[in-house]
Amino acid sequence: MKIVVLWSDALIFLLVAVIATFFWNMRKDKILTERWRQVFSSRLGMVAFVVIASYILIALLDSLHFRKALEPVEGQPADQVFYENRATSVLDVLMGDMADENERTYSAPFSLKSFEKVNMKADDGSSIRDFPPLVHAGKHLDDPADKPADIVKQTFIALIIAIVVCAFWIGPQWYFLRNSELPWKSAWIAQAVIILVFVWLIYVGNLYHVLGTDKAGNDVLYKSIKGIRTGVLLGTLATLVMLPIAVTLGVCAGYFKGWVDDIVQYLYTTLSSIPGILLIAASVLLFQVYIDLNPDFFTIGLQKADARFVGLCFILGVTSWATLCRLVRAETLKISQLEYVQAAHAFGVSNYRIIKRHILPNLTHIILITFVLDFSALVLAEAVLSYIGVGVDPAMTSWGNMINEAREELSQEPAIWWTLAGAFFFMFTLVLAANLFSDLVRDAFDPKTVDGGAKA
Amino acid sequence: MSESVLIIRDLCISVGSKQLINSVSLDVHSGEIYALVGESGSGKSLTAMAAIRLLPDALKVTSGRVSVKGQELFGLKEKQMQEVRGRRIAMIFQDALTSLNPVQTVGDQLSETLRRHLNLNSEEIRQRTINLFKEVGLPDPERRLSFYPHQMSGGQQQRVMIAMALACQPEVLIADEPTTALDVTIQKQILELVVKLARERKLAVLLITHDMGVVKNTADRVGVMYQGEIIEENPINDFFENPREQYSKHLINSLPDMRHYRKSDESQTPLLQVSDIKIHFAIRKGILQRVKGYTKAVDGISLNIAPGETVALVGESGSGKSTCGRGILNLDKLASGEIRFDGQRIDDLSRSKMMPYRKQIQVIFQNPYSSMNPRMTVGEIIEEGMISLGLKLNAEQRSAKVDELLQRVRLDLDSKRRYPHEFSGGQRQRIAIARALAVNPKLIICDEPTSALDVSIRAEVLNLLLELQRDFGVSYLFITHDLSIVPHLAHRIGVMQNGKIVEQGDTEQVLTAPQHPYTQSLLASVPRID
Repeated sequence: MKIVVLWSDALIFLLVAVIATFFWNMRKDKILTERWRQVFSSRLGMVAFVVIASYILIALLDSLHFRKALEPVEGQPADQVFYENRATSVLDVLMGDMADENERTYSAPFSLKSFEKVNMKADDGSSIRDFPPLVHAGKHLDDPADKPADIVKQTFIALIIAIVVCAFWIGPQWYFLRNSELPWKSAWIAQAVIILVFVWLIYVGNLYHVLGTDKAGNDVLYKSIKGIRTGVLLGTLATLVMLPIAVTLGVCAGYFKGWVDDIVQYLYTTLSSIPGILLIAASVLLFQVYIDLNPDFFTIGLQKADARFVGLCFILGVTSWATLCRLVRAETLKISQLEYVQAAHAFGVSNYRIIKRHILPNLTHIILITFVLDFSALVLAEAVLSYIGVGVDPAMTSWGNMINEAREELSQEPAIWWTLAGAFFFMFTLVLAANLFSDLVRDAFDPKTVDGGAKA
Repeated sequence: MSESVLIIRDLCISVGSKQLINSVSLDVHSGEIYALVGESGSGKSLTAMAAIRLLPDALKVTSGRVSVKGQELFGLKEKQMQEVRGRRIAMIFQDALTSLNPVQTVGDQLSETLRRHLNLNSEEIRQRTINLFKEVGLPDPERRLSFYPHQMSGGQQQRVMIAMALACQPEVLIADEPTTALDVTIQKQILELVVKLARERKLAVLLITHDMGVVKNTADRVGVMYQGEIIEENPINDFFENPREQYSKHLINSLPDMRHYRKSDESQTPLLQVSDIKIHFAIRKGILQRVKGYTKAVDGISLNIAPGETVALVGESGSGKSTCGRGILNLDKLASGEIRFDGQRIDDLSRSKMMPYRKQIQVIFQNPYSSMNPRMTVGEIIEEGMISLGLKLNAEQRSAKVDELLQRVRLDLDSKRRYPHEFSGGQRQRIAIARALAVNPKLIICDEPTSALDVSIRAEVLNLLLELQRDFGVSYLFITHDLSIVPHLAHRIGVMQNGKIVEQGDTEQVLTAPQHPYTQSLLASVPRID
């Protein structure tokens, strides 16, 4: 086994560490803690957070990559080990054999037969044209007619496993948090439901193709779950590239005014007058050319795909800061005219300290709201970009790529709906949870909706 | 006595389980001005809003009734109520600009009201509109029809609002702080207009105000509201001669004393010398933002302040008095002139050279809500200046100093761990004073420190300032539009108009024998109760 650290892996863990420290430091701020408490004191907030957290957890598990060692072949020196040409993640291990159970081509969910007829030789030697049986799905069955009964039976087994997992996972939480005022009950129910769904999907998914297979015979459920990492990572990474640019430029423009303001304004008006998609497409293609010209940088295919992915996050971030920058500039202009900033000037407080102590803390709500809102927008942007072919590398599973494939599949008769359905379900859940959560965050942090706290 | 037009009986309003208005009853007769006075939060506006059924959803009228000439309002359907509003009861608000639609001409807005309520053709409507404009004293009414709200001054906007209120000949006029946002000279004109209209049209006017001077000059009867109840109701003269309730006496007495003046001492060498300063703001236009002209906010001002002396700078909004204060603080750049502090020129100093003087010149702002960072505790706010101005104190000494200052401005010691939003306006202004005092200044520039406060709290803050002056010998440059507090406070006074000081001298001399016509008109407009 050899550990592989992709750029995006390193970035996602760095990111989690940064966010964790941010929240840890925020504990001291009474107002902020109070606002977050307000977010979590609603059941909806709790549930949305649990959903988002489980997506992030899956993304993290999927970001621990390694390469399996190959069985030694004959004539290989004993001290030399060869590794597989692809990277496996911890999530792949948890998901069992789903990745390797490829069929020949399309098959419907829970089907035992292929979706397309082929010419086959019958036992008596005559040639017939029929749906061939699948290689992996339902191979544990003696008789295909047992399928419905077997699904119920397997579901039951999955349920028992899930309950055991729940007991170990939620039990300790209950023990420590039972006296808390927050609606932990809703959180536990949400966690239980998520565990139930995932255990069932993985357990039954190893026996059948729960969401069918795609054109190349890959399990669609497996692809959809692998798409989580791409979606989550793109959403957070691109936002995090964008935030520092937008905040720094916006604060400088609003605070120093004059020529600094002029330059920043010209920058973002120029940027926002170029059609976003064109700009992104051009940048991605440029980057792709670079990758293609320098194949030595990458030892395995996944690294190549990953480089393009990180490039895409970066490009999305660099091209989308204009809106937030404008907001931050306007708010800074307003705050810097407020009397407490003028009082600070009268005390001779340095510019750096004024920005740090008086301006940035009063911008937090805008930054937080934008962060959460943009997250879902970027997940959706990835789908759009992959659809027009400038998104993530086709070798990398992403919801956008799946939707792109579904374009042709839906237009044939009978239509193949499950690829789209799989991508849609996982993306929809994430974006819905993120949007609901951002709504609550906005309500809690926006001074205009906070119950007149400032005026009381 | 004439008949009662507006009758409110046993009105109770609550939010949740909390009672906001407790059994309020009042009658307003036709041709009478009934003043409802009280401090902010006493429930004056709520009573009025309930009378026209425009309470916010969260508030519930729990009992009581309101009638206009015998018609019960609480029994009406919302549709019928719309007929009542405007035709029978009209209302004017504090801020005229936000109450007018900025994208419609005032003529259109007024004729819309007429068209909605009365059946008239367009020529009649036009004539009516012009007559109304004439009646409320807008000059050149025909031309004013095609004006947009922003093209008119605050006083004219308020006149348009009054014209709109009168358009359908209502029987009751509710005026909610109609002059609070206006300068004194305009306030006087608007109040005179309201009185004239009440008499001529036999209107029943419910005037809501916190200003006892306004009450004295306009009202026929007074109701004092305190914590959701009317605690005293009396004809105007009885009220001012023998107020029954302790609280009413307090309200009347908290009006500043305008008969005693502070004497100035000429002999001292001035602490601050301001000679002929000008502050101009560039007007930029076009793509290249080239300077096309200047707004002369401060146009040649000279004044001196001696140690331990208070100089009041009085003027209406836009006269440049606040900008002058900012110029002295070196927050705005001077176009010309010089400022000397302790004989040392400070107007052209660099940031670092200015630092020692920042310690000695401090400032207190008007708005107690925006003058403190909502995300810092009171302790941190007061400490900030001590840290950045390099007062050589360690954390313990600083903390001790904060305690001392809080005691000095009479706030609890545990205030320093709390956030500004937990305090009332008056308390915040005390914190602002403590913050200014933290660096031991010799001069404090007070920029309208009391204009956002209720009268009784205003008196407390002013007395605190006087006490601190006595104890520490600080000088004040007191910027205000309120002439009534000046005699009590200032040794000398400068009257500003359009960026210039038109008259300057000893307070007593200027206020008793004003020379300049502007000072005279300003003085004549101040509502008095003596």
